[in-house]
Amino acid sequence: MDLGTILLQLGGGLIVSVEIFCLTLLFSLPLGLIVAFGRMSRNGILRTVTKVYISIMRGTPLMLQLIVVYFGPYYLFHVRISAAYRFIAVIIGFAVNYAAYFAEIYRGGIESMPRGQYEAAQVLGYSRAQTFFLIILPQVVKRILPSVTNEIITLVKDTSLAFVIAVAEMFTLAKQIAAAETTIVPLMIAGAYYYIFNLVVALGMERIERHYRYYEG
Amino acid sequence: MKGEGMETENLLEIRHMRKSFEGLGVLRDISLTVRRGEVVSVIGPSGSGKSTMLRCATLLERMDGGSLSYLGQAVCRMEEGERGDSVYVSKSELRRFHRYFGLVFQNFNLFPHYSVLKNITDAPVRTAGAAKEDAEKTARELLARLGLADKADAYPCQLSGGQQQRVSIARALALKPEILFFDEPTSALDPELTGEVLKVIRQLAKEHMTMIIVTHEMNFAREVSDRILFMEDGLIQEEGTPEELFHSSKERVQEFIGKLAAS
Repeated sequence: MDLGTILLQLGGGLIVSVEIFCLTLLFSLPLGLIVAFGRMSRNGILRTVTKVYISIMRGTPLMLQLIVVYFGPYYLFHVRISAAYRFIAVIIGFAVNYAAYFAEIYRGGIESMPRGQYEAAQVLGYSRAQTFFLIILPQVVKRILPSVTNEIITLVKDTSLAFVIAVAEMFTLAKQIAAAETTIVPLMIAGAYYYIFNLVVALGMERIERHYRYYEG
Repeated sequence: MKGEGMETENLLEIRHMRKSFEGLGVLRDISLTVRRGEVVSVIGPSGSGKSTMLRCATLLERMDGGSLSYLGQAVCRMEEGERGDSVYVSKSELRRFHRYFGLVFQNFNLFPHYSVLKNITDAPVRTAGAAKEDAEKTARELLARLGLADKADAYPCQLSGGQQQRVSIARALALKPEILFFDEPTSALDPELTGEVLKVIRQLAKEHMTMIIVTHEMNFAREVSDRILFMEDGLIQEEGTPEELFHSSKERVQEFIGKLAAS
C-alpha cells in the first residue's frame, strides 16, 4: 500500500473522528448544563442523583463505559444490536461521559459569580431565567473557557477510544493498516492527523477567548 | 402626576419590620414612612441593621414580621396576633413592585459584559417593555446629565469607581423609579471620587427625587436630607431633621456623630 492510499484511508477515518468529536460536543455541552443545574438544585434527591452520576462517569474508564453502552442492551434486555448502533453507542457514551466533566466546569463557573450580579438583576426586574441567560451565563462562559479548552483537546484524543467497539475511526484504521502492512507509518500519520486536528481546535478556542477579551471581570 | 395634593403621598410605608438571621435579631421593630419628594438618610454603626432594612425594603430579603407597602399597595401585610408575622403577596405579584424602586449598591454591581449604554437600556427594554430607541434616548440624556456623555460605549472595567457608580445611578433612574435607595454609595470609593457621586445625589435631591440613603458621610447627610434616622441594635433610636439630630440630647447619637464628623 503506497503512502497516498494510507493518507487517503486515514483521512476517511479522520472524518469519522471529527464526526464523533462534533456530535459529542453538540450533545454534552447542553447536557452538562442540565446536569450542573441538578447538581446545584435545591432538591436533595436531584442533587444526590447528579452527584452519583458525575462520580461514576469520572470514576470509571471511558473505554469501559463505551463497552457497557454498546453491549448493555444485549446483555440486559437481549436486544439484537444492529450495525448502525455502533456509532450511536459511541456518541451516547462520549456525550454522557463528557457531560459529567462539563457539568463540574459549569458549576465552578456559576458558583464563582458574585451574588451582587444576581441581586442587581433582581432589583432591575429581570426574571430568574433572564438573569441566568443574559447576565450570568455569558460571564460564566468567559470564565470557564480555559477549562473547556482543556476538556475539548482531551476529547480529540479520546475519540480514538471508539476502537473498542470497532467503529472505523482513524485510530482503528491506523492499527488495522499497520498490522496488515507491518509498518509503523500509518500510526505516525494518524498521530500527525490528531496533532493537526488539535492545533485547529486550539486555534479556534483561542479565537473565542480573544473575542471575550473585550471586557475584564 | 407630581402636582399639588400629591405632595404628602406616602410612597413607602414600613410597619414593625422584623428580621433575624439564624436567631439573631438584626431588625427588631422598624417603622418608617417616606413621602414623595423626601430625602431620608439612615446613619448608624455597622451591624445596626441599616443595610438589612434596605434589603428587606427592596425585596432582596424577606422580612419575618411587620408590613411593607409601596404607594399604599401591600407587599406584605402583618398577620393578626402577637408575633405579627409578614404575609407576602404571591411571587408573580411581587415582581410588579420592582418598578416602584431602584437600588444603588455599594459595589455598583454593573454588568461587566455590557457596555455602559446597554447596562442602562437593557432592563427598560427587557423588563419594562420600552422601545429600544426610546430607552437609548433616555440613557443618553441620563448620561449627559451625570457628566458621562462620552462613556456610552465604554465598558465598566474602563471606568473609575466614581464613574461606575454614576452609571449605576443612571441604570436605576432609567426605570423611572418612584423611590431610589442607596446602600452606602460612596463606601467603596477613594475619597477623591466620592465628591462626584455625592454631587449627583445632591442634584437628584434638588429635583425632588424621593431617596433613602444609607451613608457614613455625615456632613453630606446633614446637607441633603429632610430627615435623618439613627439606627442601632436593629431599632431606630433617633429620628428628625438634620438640625434636630445634630443637636440631639441623646448621648449615644452625639457620640456617633461626633466620631464620624471628626474622622
